[in-house]
Formats: sequence, C-alpha cells, structure tokens
Amino acid sequence: MIEHIISTLPQVLIDGLALGAVYAIIALGYTMVYGILELINFAHGEIFMTGAFIGTALFITLSGLGFLAVMPALLALLLVLIVTSILTGFLGVGIERVAYRPLRKAPKLITLISAIGVSFLLQDLVRFITELKKGNYILTGPSLFTEQISIKASSILSSFADAQIKSSTIILVVTAIVMMIGLDYFVNRTKWGMAMRAVAQDRDTASLMSINVNKVISLTFFLGSALGGATGVLFAVQYGTIDPYIGFILGLKAFTAAVLGGIGNIRGAMVGGLVLGLIEMFAAANLSVITSNVFTAEYKDVFAFIILIIVLIYKPEGIFGKAVAEKV
Amino acid sequence: MSLLELKNINAFYGGIHALKNINIEVNKGEIVTLIGSNGAGKSTTLKSISGQLTPKSGQIIFDGKDITLQPPHITALNGVAHVPEGRRIFSKLSVKENLEMGAFSVSDKKIVKERMERSFHYFPKLKERLEQKGGTMSGGEQQMLAIARALMMQPQLLLLDEPSMGLAPVIVEQIFDIIKELNDEGMTILLVEQNAYQALQIANRGYVIQNGEIILEGPGMELIENDQIKDAYLA
Ligand SMILES: Nc1ncnc2c1ncn2[C@@H]1O[C@H](COP(=O)(O)OP(=O)(O)OP(=O)(O)O)[C@@H](O)[C@H]1O
Ligand SMILES: [Mg+2]
Repeated sequence: MIEHIISTLPQVLIDGLALGAVYAIIALGYTMVYGILELINFAHGEIFMTGAFIGTALFITLSGLGFLAVMPALLALLLVLIVTSILTGFLGVGIERVAYRPLRKAPKLITLISAIGVSFLLQDLVRFITELKKGNYILTGPSLFTEQISIKASSILSSFADAQIKSSTIILVVTAIVMMIGLDYFVNRTKWGMAMRAVAQDRDTASLMSINVNKVISLTFFLGSALGGATGVLFAVQYGTIDPYIGFILGLKAFTAAVLGGIGNIRGAMVGGLVLGLIEMFAAANLSVITSNVFTAEYKDVFAFIILIIVLIYKPEGIFGKAVAEKV
Repeated sequence: MSLLELKNINAFYGGIHALKNINIEVNKGEIVTLIGSNGAGKSTTLKSISGQLTPKSGQIIFDGKDITLQPPHITALNGVAHVPEGRRIFSKLSVKENLEMGAFSVSDKKIVKERMERSFHYFPKLKERLEQKGGTMSGGEQQMLAIARALMMQPQLLLLDEPSMGLAPVIVEQIFDIIKELNDEGMTILLVEQNAYQALQIANRGYVIQNGEIILEGPGMELIENDQIKDAYLA
C-alpha cells in the first residue's frame, strides 16, 4: 500500500497542482465577494463555466478562420484569455447590478436565492445558445498544447514512478500563479486594492473617506469574474470537453476551498484551493488501495468533503481565518 | 459666515422619529458643540450631515451648496470629514494604510506624504506605529488615528462624534488640546459630546439636544452657567 502511494506521488502532485490551481482561482472569486458583501455568490461557478464556453467558442472561431494554423498557439491563448476575462468581468458586474444590488438591504437569504436563480439562468442560457449553434450542448474545442512531457521521477527516488505532464498543465499552473500573484499585489499594494479591503471591513466608514463603495463593489465583481472566466478557458484547454453544468460541482468545491482557507481571506483561498486539489488527486489515486477496494476513486469527492468537515469542526474559521484581535 | 446650516431636519429610523425639526448653524472658524445624553440624536445629526442617513425633510447647506440628498463619498469630497462614533478604524489595515485611506481622493503621492507629516505633528505617536495593524492599537491611539485619518482629507469641516468616549482623563485632555489647536489654526469643528463640561469650555457655541429636539442653544460659557444644564449634564 505504502509503495503504491509513494510511487504514484509525483503524478498526484502534478495533477493535484493543476486541479488545485483551478480551485484556487475560482475560490478567490467567492472569497472576494463574500469578504465585501457577506454574500455567497452562487453564480460564480457559472461565470467560470461561461468563460469556458466563450473561450472555446473563440478558439473554434479562430480555428475556423484559419488563424490557429498561422498564429503561435500561445499568442492565441493569450488573446482568448484577455477577451474572455473582460467579457466575464463585465458579466459579473452586470449580475451584481441587476440581481444583487437592488437586494442589498434585504436579508442575505433573499440575495442567495437570487444568486441561485442567476446560476440556473446562466446554465440554461449557455445551453440554449450552444444547442442553437452546434445542435448539442456538449462542446469540444480544438486540441491545443497536448504534448506529453515525461518526468523521470524515478531518477530522483527509485520508488517513484515516472510522471506525465501535458504542456497545457504547465500553462494552466503558470497562468494561475501569475493571476494569483497579480491579484495579491493589486489587493495589498495598490490604492484601489486597499479601498477593497477597507470596504470589506467597514463599508460605512469607507464611504466617509470619499470612497465610492458601489464602484469598489463593482470592481470586486469584475476582478473575481474576470479571473473565474480566464480559469474557465484554461480548464477547457486542459480537459478538452465542456458542458453547461461543469460550473456547479466545480464551483461547490472551489467554495469549499474558500471556506477551508477562511472565507474572506484571499491568500487563504489560494492555499485552500491547492490543498483541496492535492487531497482530491491523492484520494483518486489511492482510495481503492487504502480501503482495499471498498471505496474506489469515484469517492474522492466524499473524501475531500470529509476533510472539510473535520477542519471546520476543529477550526471553524478555516486554516487562515484568524483575524487580528480587535479592540473596541 | 455660515459654513454649515441644518434647516428643519427630520430624520427617521423606520418608525422612530430620531430628529425633530433640527436647526443648527456652524460658522467658518468656529467650534460648535452638540451635547446630549444617550440616544438623544447626536450621532444621527452627524450622519445626516455626512450623508450616511438621508433626512425625510429639511435642508442641509454646506458651503452654499445643498447637500441634503448627497451620498457620503461626495460630501466627503466636498470637504466634510466625519470621525464616527467608536472611531471605526480599519482594524486589519496598518496605521499607514488607514491614513492613506483618509487621503483616498488625492492621487498625488507627494501631497499624501506631506499631509501625513502634518498629522504626525499633531500625533507624533502614530509615526512610530506606521506598520502596526489599526485594530491592535489602544483606544486612545485609535481615536488619535481616527482624527488623523480625517485630517488627511484636509477638510473644511470636521465632525467629531464623542472623541472622549471610553478614554482615560489624561488622554481626553490631550485630545481636547488638539481639537483646540486645530481650531486655533482655522479648522471649523462640530463636536458631539456627552462630556459636556469640557466640550462647552472649548466651544464658541453649543446646542443641547434631547429626544431628537434642540432644547437650548447659546455661547459655550453661557451654557456652562445654565442651571438646567448643570443639573442634567454637569452633575
Ligand atoms: N440604526 C438604527 N436603527 C434604529 N434606531 C436607531 C438606529 N440608530 C439610532 N437609533 C435610535 O435613534 C435615536 C438617536 O440615536 P443616536 O445614535 O443619534 O443617539 P446619540 O445621541 O448619538 O446617543 P449616544 O450618546 O448613545 O451615542 C435613539 O433612540 C436610537 O435608539
Ligand atoms: Mg452617538
């Protein structure tokens, strides 16, 4: 059993990192909005999904026009990432304006229901448009970045098995890291980032500092949704086939990651996402061996959520949820 | 010349009639104090001025402009700095970041720096604490930070809501000295206090509010001598 765990470890780390990076960035969107409005933006998973569809549609269009053949693939990806994130960014801003802002003084539960409504709406809208165009709501984009690189992990430690990494995985992880560092810099080092933190802590007082609170809230939705949409593009490139329902379970897990890291805590969400991705891949690779085939790899989600429950029982504020001691 | 004028202000929280026909005037260069006991409507008055609460009727004129319906961030831009009750420091932001938030509307970093130096002149202690998280400061330090943060706006009018609340007498003394100093340098101040004696001593004029109504007004020294006030607030 131990041998199996050790030999699969390099592959688990690679796959876990890739999946964890996806969770981490989507978790950021949940945690930023929660931090500022105390609202679980249920529609965030669907923004990710919409990003995946917009990105794939753009790739298909580029490919149909013959651009993909002549353009460096990385340049095409960059273009698609930028266009998609701008579109999903504005989608997020629009959702806040239409579905959340009018309810800002209403009980949180009402807004949550509005968010769930937006979720279904986006799912159906994407499904409708895709079926209209393609006759089918399952979409497969052109395959890109499919080179397999083999990592000779066995030369590091003889009990490791060699691992495989797709070039799309490298792109996914690198882009995710760039986005996380970028956001972290923005939030902690720029004036508008500071305003976001101030509004998250005390909206009323922030407004007394001549901060336009609504503008800051829009900005928060824009950033979270832009990152979520970009992650959708990366996800579609990495896993190939997408459908309008990928946002639901993935969103739920990313939300779990945000809670794991301490909801409202940006760095916590990043770590929470990576931890969850690694746990899930570890479970997928080893669950059947550990439980002598009682539980197979399909139970990996249960495993991840059990960890979540255990963490929350002993540390309800999440791994990084410890706030500074506040004096009144 | 009047810088701020409240005319027949009525404000409500749901069904609670919190301000009843309030008339207050603050002239340029004055310290005016608004005193009253718990729940009288002092904070509500300041919230109406800064725009955190929209009055149901009446008019608020600041610097010749009707600001009654203005959102708070615009009123702040116009030059009204409101130091809210309980200081409301951004506890997870550092002292420096708190001060920078006060100067949010200023894009020139040099000016922000200059203003920060200026506030260290009043509150030298803050200079040593720049990287400390606001929430870990003592009550007195937080009050000083809250005033310094408001000064970063370089306002025309400073609204102070019970700056002495919960502080040791020595600290209260320091804070009142600074309020006086600011006023001597030309700052117009509307000071809300329960600490009536000290407030009236430094104020040019005072208003007494009770159950949402102004029941007395006059020069600070005159109000200190008033028997009704002596019984109710200076006991
Ligand atoms: N958010 C609110 N919702 C409902 N009623 C409120 C609210 N804030 C204040 N009130 C009520 O309005 C009245 C005036 O309150 P306000 O806070 O202005 O008093 P105050 O003079 O500042 O008192 P204190 O000295 O205790 O700060 C009180 O009766 C209070 O209960
Ligand atoms: Mg009050």
